[in-house]
Amino acid sequence: MAHRWKNDLTPNEVTPKGLWLNRRAMMAGLGAAAVTGAMPASRASAQALEPNTLEEISSYNNFYEFGWNKTDPADHAHAMVTSPWSISIDGMVDRPGTYTLEQLLEGLDIEERIYRFRCVEAWSMVVPWNGVELADVLAKAGVQSSARFVAFETTVQPDVMPGVRGRIIPFPYVEGLRLDEAQHPLTMLATGIYGDPMPKQNGAPIRLVVPWKYGFKSIKSIVRITLTDEQPPTTWNRLNAREYGFYSNVNPTVDHPRWSQASERKIGGGLFARRQDTLMFNGYEDQVASLYAGMDLREDY
Amino acid sequence: MPVSQQSLSRSINATLRRVPAWPIYIIGAAWAGWLFYLGLTGGLGPEPINALERRYGEVALQLLVAGLFVTPLRTWTGVNLVKFRRALGLTAFFYVLAHFLVWAVLDLRSLARIGEEIVKRPYITIGFAAFLLLIPLALTSNNISIKRLGAATWRKLHRLTYPAVLLGAIHYIWLVKGYPIEPFIYAAVIVGLLLVRLRWTRLRSATA
Repeated sequence: MAHRWKNDLTPNEVTPKGLWLNRRAMMAGLGAAAVTGAMPASRASAQALEPNTLEEISSYNNFYEFGWNKTDPADHAHAMVTSPWSISIDGMVDRPGTYTLEQLLEGLDIEERIYRFRCVEAWSMVVPWNGVELADVLAKAGVQSSARFVAFETTVQPDVMPGVRGRIIPFPYVEGLRLDEAQHPLTMLATGIYGDPMPKQNGAPIRLVVPWKYGFKSIKSIVRITLTDEQPPTTWNRLNAREYGFYSNVNPTVDHPRWSQASERKIGGGLFARRQDTLMFNGYEDQVASLYAGMDLREDY
Repeated sequence: MPVSQQSLSRSINATLRRVPAWPIYIIGAAWAGWLFYLGLTGGLGPEPINALERRYGEVALQLLVAGLFVTPLRTWTGVNLVKFRRALGLTAFFYVLAHFLVWAVLDLRSLARIGEEIVKRPYITIGFAAFLLLIPLALTSNNISIKRLGAATWRKLHRLTYPAVLLGAIHYIWLVKGYPIEPFIYAAVIVGLLLVRLRWTRLRSATA
């Protein structure tokens, strides 16, 4: 495993749980700086991250297969079948095929990553994910040099998915990344939160996490990954291209056509919590800005 | 209207005459307070500001729709709820105000930001316009104002309800992400209730 984003200590190995809840906030800042090696931590990445509670993370979700409301996923997702699970990897790879979850994770260490999570609706959370780097999983299938994009697809289980039965948007939900985004060390496939298996409403058993992009890019409950040389269609872009671009990088200077993206409300602050300023690339500017060098981010929103 | 229905509506009206309108204010205020309490104590989920904003806005629309039902109900069934209409309207305004205050005071917290949002975001512009339209109506929802303005002028002024409700319906559709069904149901009901009035006006002018 690459371990490009390395913590010296896993907090829960050495510290009792009550204490590591505080320690992990510190580690998050340190870890973000570790991505770029010796580069000093920027103001943003040095900022302490206070993870949301599991209750908050698993009770306020967008998972449209289960309905429009934030509480629909927690209400309905328990019926989703997540075991056994496999992902078919196809397209421009050397070893296409159906990989079981165990095969995908075999030989890879599950790391903990505490990331900011910013929804396009201008709310945010901090989530302690467990998972592996997407790059390492893609390497198992052998990415061919002609591949330029990665497409993802969510499971469709009409029997247990009211939103799918109601056809509220076209399913399966699909998302995509440019290959360099997909292979970036921050991009992960997450299988758990807080050391527990991924709650179903959060995209069990395995989901994408791209912390510098709006949340809808981080597709849940993945059953298919396709390597391709063309930019793949993505669900929200198809629904409303003017409002949801292919890139959808978190960017406080480019507003959503209907609302401001300059600030956000962190979930869990209660009735009297202040908005906080949204950070460029959600606070991961040092790590990812180079991916977009020379691009007009107003044009490629 | 068939005789049986007429006698039924008459007896309903006789009962309604004994029901006071003031409990609407009490229940309205208590419900708003209860929602606020839920927001404080986690009962509205982990994002209570947004939840409270939505809940107040929805109740406001519901009460405005209820107010729009009063006249057609009397025309179609003879049941007369006119004595409750002022309470419905004023309570609706109270919820619009609460909706606005949650947005302005709890969410944005800055006059500059509030001004900017009203100018820059069309769905907020029209929501705010609806709020402004309702202010003179709330201020004149009392007997003294009716006397001072004269019944005809007062009635004309209170037709501002129609554009205000319509703007409220558009505001709701415009702010949601995707296509959930609720805002479209509100819009359909409101448009329906306004079209009915349009037809009456035509019939009236045709027979005049």
